[in-house]
Amino acid sequence: MTLDRTRDPKGAGFDWDFDGLQRAYDKVSDIALGELKLDIYPNQIEVITSEQMLDAYSSIGMPLMYKHWSFGKHFARDELLYRHGLRNLAYEIVINSNPCIAYLMEENSMMMQTLVIAHAAFGHNHFFKNNNLFRQWTDANGILDYLEFAKSYIARCEDKYGEAEVEKVLDAAHALMAQGVNRYPRKKAFDLRDEEKRARERAEEAERSHNELWRTLPRSGTKPQQNATEAERRKLLGLPEENVLYFLEKTAPALKTWQREIIRIVRQIAQYFYPQKQTKMMNEGCATFVHYHVMNRLHDIGFLNDGAMLEFLHSHTGAVFQPEFDHRGYSGINPYALGFGMMQDIQRVCTEPTDEDREWLPEIAGQGDWVEVLKDAWANHRDESFIRQFLSPELIRKMKFFNVYDDSVSDLIVKAIHNEQGYQTVRTKLANQFDVVSMEPEIEIVDVDLYGDRKLMLQHRAHSGIVLDEKETAYVLQHLADLWGYEVMLIEIAAQSDAVLKEHRASPSGAVASN
Amino acid sequence: MNIVDRRLNPRGKSLANRQRFIRRARKELTDAVREATAKQGLTDLGTDDKIRIRTDRLREPTFRHSHRQGERDYVLPGNKEYAEGDRIPRPEQDGGGGRGSQASEDGEGEDAFQFILSQDEFLDIFLDDLELPDMLRKQLRASESFSHVRAGYQVSGPVSNLNLKRTMRNSLSRRIALKRPRPADIAAREAELEKLEASVEAEDLEERARLEADIERQKSRSKRIPFIDPVDVRYNRFEQVPQPVASAVMFCLMDVSGSMTEHMKDLAKRFYKLLYVFLGRRYKNVEIVFIRHTHLAREVDEETFFMSTETGGTVVSTAFEEMIKVVQARYPRDQWNIYAAQASDGDNLSTDNSKVATLLRDQILPICQYFAYIEVASEHGGYEVNTELWRTYDELIKTGHPLAMKKVSRRNQIYPVFRELFSREQDQPSRAPT
Repeated sequence: MTLDRTRDPKGAGFDWDFDGLQRAYDKVSDIALGELKLDIYPNQIEVITSEQMLDAYSSIGMPLMYKHWSFGKHFARDELLYRHGLRNLAYEIVINSNPCIAYLMEENSMMMQTLVIAHAAFGHNHFFKNNNLFRQWTDANGILDYLEFAKSYIARCEDKYGEAEVEKVLDAAHALMAQGVNRYPRKKAFDLRDEEKRARERAEEAERSHNELWRTLPRSGTKPQQNATEAERRKLLGLPEENVLYFLEKTAPALKTWQREIIRIVRQIAQYFYPQKQTKMMNEGCATFVHYHVMNRLHDIGFLNDGAMLEFLHSHTGAVFQPEFDHRGYSGINPYALGFGMMQDIQRVCTEPTDEDREWLPEIAGQGDWVEVLKDAWANHRDESFIRQFLSPELIRKMKFFNVYDDSVSDLIVKAIHNEQGYQTVRTKLANQFDVVSMEPEIEIVDVDLYGDRKLMLQHRAHSGIVLDEKETAYVLQHLADLWGYEVMLIEIAAQSDAVLKEHRASPSGAVASN
Repeated sequence: MNIVDRRLNPRGKSLANRQRFIRRARKELTDAVREATAKQGLTDLGTDDKIRIRTDRLREPTFRHSHRQGERDYVLPGNKEYAEGDRIPRPEQDGGGGRGSQASEDGEGEDAFQFILSQDEFLDIFLDDLELPDMLRKQLRASESFSHVRAGYQVSGPVSNLNLKRTMRNSLSRRIALKRPRPADIAAREAELEKLEASVEAEDLEERARLEADIERQKSRSKRIPFIDPVDVRYNRFEQVPQPVASAVMFCLMDVSGSMTEHMKDLAKRFYKLLYVFLGRRYKNVEIVFIRHTHLAREVDEETFFMSTETGGTVVSTAFEEMIKVVQARYPRDQWNIYAAQASDGDNLSTDNSKVATLLRDQILPICQYFAYIEVASEHGGYEVNTELWRTYDELIKTGHPLAMKKVSRRNQIYPVFRELFSREQDQPSRAPT
């Protein structure tokens, strides 16, 4: 390789320019589309300053967002950490939209810009467009329009009802954001463009009609059905319901139309981000695998010189570094490290399988066409199922995974390590660990006392005796009670035995819904 | 593909969010400080060095798992020595290594928004929107000490104020502008001439004459253009700035006759404490003079002022006379800002009222920065009927005299009343009683 910079203007340390970006994009595109056969949304690459990057950070990475103090809080914290040099800014942010928007920071070197284009504009972009969860739950075509609608709707509400009133609804809805998603597939694909139109129709409809459920006057002639069976009542209300925000939006007795709409907006945004939670490791793995492949190929064809390559390797190894469990810097499993490791491993198994691989991964071992295997995995898996299916003994050994059992009381017990007897256990436990069900509490609304005090009843199924954080739960329940407008009760039961573990209650403070 | 340069987009996209956050944090702090003072009592106001305030309204709660309970079964990277079945002693906290620190990733940051206020910050917030009325106007009038402040340059002045740097700069620019030959130039010419003379071809007369003439011209030019000219000289200029008087004296006047109950005195005491803290924030040095009166007035120390009771009638004018006496003896007006706060249940000998009005109008008010009257009543005290004293003062206010007065009957009214008296937005006329 030559180090002659006059012939090779992409040397390390060179400033980028717009022509350079275009050239790099074209080269990356040749490899990503030609060799990896990626299928992407059209790209829009936006160059921004570090301050704009901080801005984007704090409003959950979206280019358009309604206003809320919590985003200011995140900004304050990120800015502090950044200014004190405790944290670097991400090199890029990419948005699951069509066209796919990728932000590049102006401070990046030409090498970094090339890396980021490969990583975000091709890796993430392909994942967004092809992964099943994203296809099913998010609407890349409509998200920016929807956010525009959400932003202006909430701004209008602030004008009309005051910032403080809007803030109360948003605070409460944000607290329940994780409980604002549908976890199971539905029939119709998502169409956020339609949402805006429907928002208007809903408002009109709500003014015309009223909710049958809350009829307080007895129907003429018939006696009120005091003793409708429990099952009927629940069916009428669509219970049990895991999407708490959805339930509130549809049935909370005392909310005004605009408050329901705000809850809906928060819910839609939560749903939009839900696939990202479930595929974080794969998504980053995919993007990292793509940039690693592309950068190496660019080096092969002489587009990147040795200096730039060294700079690249430095930043790449930093991203995929997995500190060991007893390392000071350990903060969980690095999704970049595991994702990239697994995908490289799949490439190896496809092309140079060992006998062990043939035993553990018979479908793909020696299959040869690793590009197709990876693309299939990217399209059809989420983190949990991907690990269950593809984690090989080779990688378990490489990362020295071991399984620990902890009952919160006595000594920790090592249940399995990276050996013959342990592989299956480690693989299963790791997959469980990446399952959203194990990460997030399983909470659903189970009943409403229709004829009495309208108390809302929720249930938390506590797996393995892991109950909710008491203090946080009290805060969230207060928000929930404020939205519901009546008393709220959360019962924690053991998932295995249905035994009641704990009860939490909250009464409305009258902050949001007034009766 | 499309490349867009967004760097020139309007900045501060998240400004509105930041402002909302700051507003919320500030409101939270203010509320917490108010609450803390309500609990603490005023006596402690100056003592605690740090005040910890947990800002619950800045939390973003979510349903999350408790880290203290339940069974967990997880996978960690980087095994070195463990074999299946090994037992590992529990790490000290649920952080240590492993899942603990992973799971608390979200939670940890919340605590970062605990504010620890120093006493100064605390009082700043506590007294945030309060201001001494008319302070500037009265202060300037009252202040007769001055300090010298640098204020640019002037062309004349004592030698000790000569600004060499500025003078030399003027000199240099003038010399350059007038093309004064540098000594080095002349020296170079002379060297050239010498060389010419020393050389064999001394017959080059024409060249020699030219050089000599040149040197001559340069020498005379540098004589005509002085190195330093009087127009170059600059002196530092100083300005006299009136120095606000940094000392204040606070007169506490109180009726201690039998009709003043302990409760009433307690109210008065609280008000004085607040005023003291407040003045302490504004002045370097605050002194307090306690004057108590029945039908006689006497300057006393703090303990006597609040503790002992006396019997006798009530003649308010005696307290004013005592105050005037003390001011004349110890607190010359050009060195002290004078504040006075009077607390009474409103009783006065009816024949004394006109004397009170005259004293106040002609002698007390003109020397005071601020005069506040607090009328204390018993806890159940309905004050349907305005007292003698109140009516007297009311007359003064109506005729435009700067005097503030409020009625207080319960402890929790002290702070609001105090705020009302000193709040910044307050307009001149609204200081009249409501």
